[in-house]
Amino acid sequence: MAGKYRLKSGEVPAESFFLEICGLNKAVVELNRVCKDYGGQRALSDISLTVADGEFLSLLGPSGCGKTTLLRLIGGFEDCTRGSLLIDGQAVDQSPPEKRAVNTVFQNYALFPHMTVFDNVAFGLRMAKKPAAEIEQSVAQALELVQLAGMERRRPTELSGGQQQRVAIARAIVNKPRVLLLDEPMSALDHRLRKQMQKELKQLQRTLGITFILVTHDQDEAFAMSDRVVVMQHGQIEQIGTPMEIYEEPVNLYVARFVGDINVLDGVIREQTGPSTFKALVEGAAVSLKSMRPLSLGQPIHLLLRPEDFRLELEQDMAESQDLSAKFQQARLKGTVRRIFYHGATYDVEVALESGARVQVTEFFDDDSENLYFKPGDSVALGWHEGWEVVLPHEK
Amino acid sequence: MSRWLKRLYAAVVYGFLYLPLVIVAIFSFNSSKYSLAWKGFTLDWYAKLWQNTGLMSAAVNSLIIAACAATLATLLGTVAAFILHQYRFPGRRVLFGGLFVMMMSPDIVIAISLLLLFLALALPLGFSTLLLAHTVLCVPFVATTVFSRFHGFQTDIVDAAKDLGAGEYQVFRHIVLPLTAPAVIGGWLLSFTLSLDDVIISFFTTGPDFEVLPLRIYSMVRLGIKPDVNALCVVMMGITITALVLSRTLLKEKK
Repeated sequence: MAGKYRLKSGEVPAESFFLEICGLNKAVVELNRVCKDYGGQRALSDISLTVADGEFLSLLGPSGCGKTTLLRLIGGFEDCTRGSLLIDGQAVDQSPPEKRAVNTVFQNYALFPHMTVFDNVAFGLRMAKKPAAEIEQSVAQALELVQLAGMERRRPTELSGGQQQRVAIARAIVNKPRVLLLDEPMSALDHRLRKQMQKELKQLQRTLGITFILVTHDQDEAFAMSDRVVVMQHGQIEQIGTPMEIYEEPVNLYVARFVGDINVLDGVIREQTGPSTFKALVEGAAVSLKSMRPLSLGQPIHLLLRPEDFRLELEQDMAESQDLSAKFQQARLKGTVRRIFYHGATYDVEVALESGARVQVTEFFDDDSENLYFKPGDSVALGWHEGWEVVLPHEK
Repeated sequence: MSRWLKRLYAAVVYGFLYLPLVIVAIFSFNSSKYSLAWKGFTLDWYAKLWQNTGLMSAAVNSLIIAACAATLATLLGTVAAFILHQYRFPGRRVLFGGLFVMMMSPDIVIAISLLLLFLALALPLGFSTLLLAHTVLCVPFVATTVFSRFHGFQTDIVDAAKDLGAGEYQVFRHIVLPLTAPAVIGGWLLSFTLSLDDVIISFFTTGPDFEVLPLRIYSMVRLGIKPDVNALCVVMMGITITALVLSRTLLKEKK
């Protein structure tokens, strides 16, 4: 199982690891209580965010959650209705995009169709009135970095989607910005090209050491590339953390559901047995839980478990083996296998609990057996790896 | 059978539209002075046209007005289109709708209202009032032509230019102008032809000391159609068609 990659409450959180890398670096972008209204409609409310120098940060959320608006605020295309925005410690509320040490890669690339690749990339340097020789050299370097050397004379319309995107990236990084903003840059590419560009972009960020802020609605993309992820909803930040924290310690149901599959079980707290241990009734079964949250007796809760967090065994095996039932000491729910979904390396088992709730369990193939271990109709015992559960106060 | 019927139908429609023009062109080469009968081919009327100083000076006046009004209208219309496209401000929709009101209004209404305005301001009727009137006539056509061109390319492009350090002027000079040039030139040519053949607005807004071609022809025709007018019509037709074809090809290109 994936256990060895996982950190749970009580262990050293990844935040400190992150701070170790970036903590010494100063903040390059700071937002303090930023609000943005569009004609009375609130697009962003009370956004406070600090982006460290050299960090790769993703803004993750569904469309309409305000992530693009936030990016446009940093780029200077929108003004804050309230709050302040600092880049490199300087308030930039009043400075237009052309005055900010920030460059953007637009969603549709926004290449200049009447210019060649060279002229596109050289545009920013020409606006900055750099000498021609220096422009020539910088453009060549930037095109080299994005593997487009030799394409200088082409026009954007003569390039493939992936190449156009490389031009857009070269055009931005050639100006050596403090921060590179990327607005869903991969959304127009097909799956394979997207995976490849993700790797290249991450590599590029390491090479350049520039802060990247990426807007995306794709959780895989955000997780694969970012140092930290900002999960947004309805113009607000729901959670900021490393991909691991977001996945394993979601602060609410929304974040939990947005990043990957999750099972939500309902329960109520029965007894506090230690500083961070509780006894609770979950889907009709008595279980013991771990949680750092302050929970009171009788409080209704959600219990969140990823499909790979579960232990699943046949009831008949449980009866035969003492060792096996020992593993289910802290939680043993009863259920029936309903359906099996085959995925190649793994398979999902849909289990109906006695309470009526359905859960999805991901199982890995047993090396020794050629057949699936479970089949529909099997009576099963359901537990989970101790400490992998996330307990949240009940939400309406 | 029905195929032939369709072709015949099309032929009748196009004949109805273009036969008068063809007839004018034919009679401009007819050596008979008064009768409509064909008396042989001649280029006399074109020569005579060249010698008719009154007609020629009116023609020159028309060309000057057309060129000036088209240029002025193109400047104003292009900037108007840019502003309407790029910025969101209160009254934007009203301004945009106003363009269409101007295009749809009968010329006679525009002509009378301009005349009233010029009289109220005590402006002497002549070159300047005519220029203003023709500019007013042409601005909406330029603005809408250029505006639709702006819609053709992404707003992101302007944002991208700003992002790369271009100020307002540089955005206009390096991005907006090159991308909209075909529409701008097309708008100019359209304005030129609109101004060149306008009768009604010119009739009300020019003075006796600045005569334009359509008005001159109008007064000549009252005494009967002379063959040199036919010749003039063919020349003007040539200019209009050239301008039209040019503007069409420019608008079509790079789309």
